[in-house]
Amino acid sequence: MDDSTLTQQQKLKYYQKGTFTVGNRLVADEERSVQASAERSNALTSGHRACQGCGEALGARYAIDAAMRATGNDLIAVNATGCLEVFTTPYPETSWQLPWLHSLFGNAAAVATGVAAAMRVKGKKTRVVAQGGDGGTTDIGFQCLSGMFERNDDVLYICYDNEGYMNTGVQRSSATPPAARTATTPALGPEPGNVFGTGKFVPKIAVAHGIPYVATATVADLRDLEAKVIKAMGITGARYIQINVPCPLGWGAPSYDTIKLARLAVECGLYPIFEAEHGRITQSRKIRRQVPVRDYLILQKRYAHLFRNGVDDPRVQRLQAICDAHIEEYGLLGDDAEA
Amino acid sequence: MEHDFAITLDVGTSLANHTGTWRTFRPDYVHRLPPCNAACPAGEDIQGWLSFAEAGEYEAAWRALTKNNPLPAVMGRVCYHPCETACNRSQIDAAVGVNAVERFLGDMAIAKGWAFAPPTQKSGKKVLVVGAGPAGLSAAYHLAMLGHEVTLREAGPAPGGMMRFGIPKYRLPRDVLDAEVARIADLGVRIEYNSKVSDLQATIKEGGFDAAFLAVGAHIAKRAYIPAGEATKILDAVQVLASMEGAEKPLLGRRVVVYGGGNTALDVARTAKRLGAEEAIIVYRRTREKMPAHDFELEEALEEGVMMKWLSTIKHVDAGAITVEKMKLDEAGFPQPTGEFETLEADSVVLALGQDVDLSLLDGVPGLEFSDGLVKVGPDMMTGAKGIFAGGDMAPSERTVTVAVGHGKKAARHIDAFLRGETYAPPPKHELASFENLNPWYYGEAPQTLRPTLEIARRSSTFEEVVKGLDESNALYEARRCLSCGNCFECDNCYGVCPDNAVIKLGAGKGFKFNYDFCKGCGVCEAECPCGAIAMAPEEI
Ligand SMILES: Cc1cc2nc3c(=O)[nH]c(=O)nc-3n(C[C@H](O)[C@H](O)[C@H](O)COP(=O)(O)OP(=O)(O)OC[C@H]3O[C@@H](n4cnc5c(N)ncnc54)[C@H](O)[C@@H]3O)c2cc1C
Ligand SMILES: Cc1ncc(C[n+]2csc(CCOP(=O)(O)OP(=O)(O)O)c2C)c(N)n1
Ligand code: SF4
Ligand SMILES: [Mg+2]
Repeated sequence: MDDSTLTQQQKLKYYQKGTFTVGNRLVADEERSVQASAERSNALTSGHRACQGCGEALGARYAIDAAMRATGNDLIAVNATGCLEVFTTPYPETSWQLPWLHSLFGNAAAVATGVAAAMRVKGKKTRVVAQGGDGGTTDIGFQCLSGMFERNDDVLYICYDNEGYMNTGVQRSSATPPAARTATTPALGPEPGNVFGTGKFVPKIAVAHGIPYVATATVADLRDLEAKVIKAMGITGARYIQINVPCPLGWGAPSYDTIKLARLAVECGLYPIFEAEHGRITQSRKIRRQVPVRDYLILQKRYAHLFRNGVDDPRVQRLQAICDAHIEEYGLLGDDAEA
Repeated sequence: MEHDFAITLDVGTSLANHTGTWRTFRPDYVHRLPPCNAACPAGEDIQGWLSFAEAGEYEAAWRALTKNNPLPAVMGRVCYHPCETACNRSQIDAAVGVNAVERFLGDMAIAKGWAFAPPTQKSGKKVLVVGAGPAGLSAAYHLAMLGHEVTLREAGPAPGGMMRFGIPKYRLPRDVLDAEVARIADLGVRIEYNSKVSDLQATIKEGGFDAAFLAVGAHIAKRAYIPAGEATKILDAVQVLASMEGAEKPLLGRRVVVYGGGNTALDVARTAKRLGAEEAIIVYRRTREKMPAHDFELEEALEEGVMMKWLSTIKHVDAGAITVEKMKLDEAGFPQPTGEFETLEADSVVLALGQDVDLSLLDGVPGLEFSDGLVKVGPDMMTGAKGIFAGGDMAPSERTVTVAVGHGKKAARHIDAFLRGETYAPPPKHELASFENLNPWYYGEAPQTLRPTLEIARRSSTFEEVVKGLDESNALYEARRCLSCGNCFECDNCYGVCPDNAVIKLGAGKGFKFNYDFCKGCGVCEAECPCGAIAMAPEEI
């Protein structure tokens, strides 16, 4: 065996088949994901009423199972109003397998701060996760969130970003991408869909708060997502993870394409995946098989107006320019795609 | 319990809510036929044995392999591996090196002395096998494993057929062949050498055989009429190659011309080089693209200095020289003469124009049918004569060792059924696992391992094996490149990606099952299954 094959082989993390899969029968248990384990906590158990193929249901189980593993199940969750609350907990039943609290649409960060303070006062080591949709986080809940960051409260806040107010019928949020059709940005008129040049990207705002840890993730890269949640639970202070969770209903996509869409959102550069600590970006996840943004958009009915009559709307190129800018800004191209 | 307004359920978990009723499509675990298996003329379950090999369970891999093919060390050297041509991985980077792993397993079995487990029950039936080439050896092995008493009669002094008297040593060392034949003999197969069958009917009667399998190969060299002067030296390729097994090596001279374009022509030319010829030129009437020999064989020959004369036919042979006529291809791709001639110096001319079958042993057998000098067989490998089966080069088919092994196996299964007065029905085949059934995202980048080759200098002077084997780490790496097309490899993806926890993990080696009480039929598992082992079907509503 010469040296070049050796290094190639060493580069393979989980052997040739299984590097990107949930588990792998050929590796030791501790090298497998939390989701591969028959003993995972299934924090969000069966019988919930999320739509078929719901990315948010999947992302929440991925994240909370990992957080439970990291804290030895000593964890309380606080939930903002939104699909995740409604489809899991229509009184009197609940899908949650951990202590779980719901108060209002806009105050999850503040409630979580309070729970964390209560645990401290009671001398308990119980950790706290707050979670909400993009609407509950980037819009109505933003003030509470910013306060939680600024005070460096010991809470991990997870935002499940499905790019709209899905629970109330798919309205626009400040996380809805340009050109996307929602109930409040219809595909009508000279500029159909959401306008360009508005909205905000909360992960960057979180970084600007200088908090200990910020990360983005998707349901398409489970190992990356779990690693980030586990890392976050090893840190004290305010932490923020935003997870891209495709919504088949709101995005107008087949239920089976949920993970594919999250993967394409990353591979085209539209959804940058990175980590930041104390105000500085420390790492970005490289694109593995780059695709044009068109490949991502064309699978979703919310962008159907960009592809009418067999011609691409010029705004496809404006979206591509956004991807290109992300690639540049976050350094998304490079060699360590396997790292 | 009394409920408040609009509340229908007791306080409890959502497990009471059976969301499986939402389902309009239903996922199921399926097996699909990997393209390698579909392409293997010996009917090997390649994906199956690779799955043991990639776990480092080499003996289990070898046992799974030899269920279908008793000659893996031979096969891992001479098979033209149509499995690799069909391999889905070639659409990602390069095909899995199936042939190299097969050889690794075969060599390991020889080194470790692994033996076949003989059957515990005997059938009491006697079967005659004629010819100890790959077809005969394969049939004898499978018949013996099925409990029948096998007598293998071979005209020559040693086993192997064309594997010994055709394929040169530098491609197939004889100790490898001997080891794999010995293992078959150890099963209790009686092999009688120098024991040509010249009257089949009489032999069957005298021996009291209940059935016979014929595999006499094709050994009579085809001749072409070439006007030749006196003192010219014209030889047959099969004769030259066969004499390499004897004490007296053939005398070919310094300049050797080989006539033909198949793998036999290449083997003769390469052999001539090793015997000391300064020039070995292959004269072939068509082009490289039309040559029946495989590209890699031609490459190896060219590396060793064999020269090619394309689009040429031999018109005349004289002492020390030949005359060739240049050809050109017509619109239909057939070579046509041009009237342009050329002279080449040649001490000998070896004809490699193919072989015919010696059918004399069949004289007087009623019911047989022939076509183009070959014995016709049915889909069950039985000839027109009841209880007499045939395969390998003597039956109409592609002529390779692997096809011959496949014929032997197939015939054995039909003979077994025939002996019980039944007919053998092969199990139905699964639907093919096409590349479109896979989700290639999940496979890591992993280029193919190339087998080392002997340095050129030693290839022109010795008969040492040219292509070397893989070591264990290489073989393991190569086995792990397999995508497991169409068959679950327990990656846990379905178990992980279900938003409804509707996949139950049954534990190592046991796979998974769906919990249809909660499966909503979203299809994410099917879309994210790397290997196409899940299928969605409309639910009956
Ligand atoms: C030079 C050369 C190179 C080749 N290279 C390859 C290769 O690399 N890969 C590949 O897959 N294929 C190769 N082939 C083809 C392959 O060898 C044959 O297709 C295969 O050996 C056929 O197997 P068989 O069992 O039908 O016959 P054979 O291998 O020809 O065996 C027939 C046996 O029957 C015996 N026999 C004949 N008549 C009688 C009788 N009346 N009584 C008793 N015994 C008898 C013969 O002595 C012989 O041992 C090559 C062929 C040649 C000639
Ligand atoms: C103060 C207040 N305003 C409006 C609502 C109605 N409401 C409930 S959920 C929701 C949208 C939630 O959107 P998001 O936070 O993105 O979560 P998703 O449902 O998309 O997961 C709205 C507007 C409310 N519950 N409270
Ligand atoms: S609407 Fe979207 S987010 Fe809500 S349950 Fe359905 S798929 Fe999930
Ligand atoms: Mg939302």
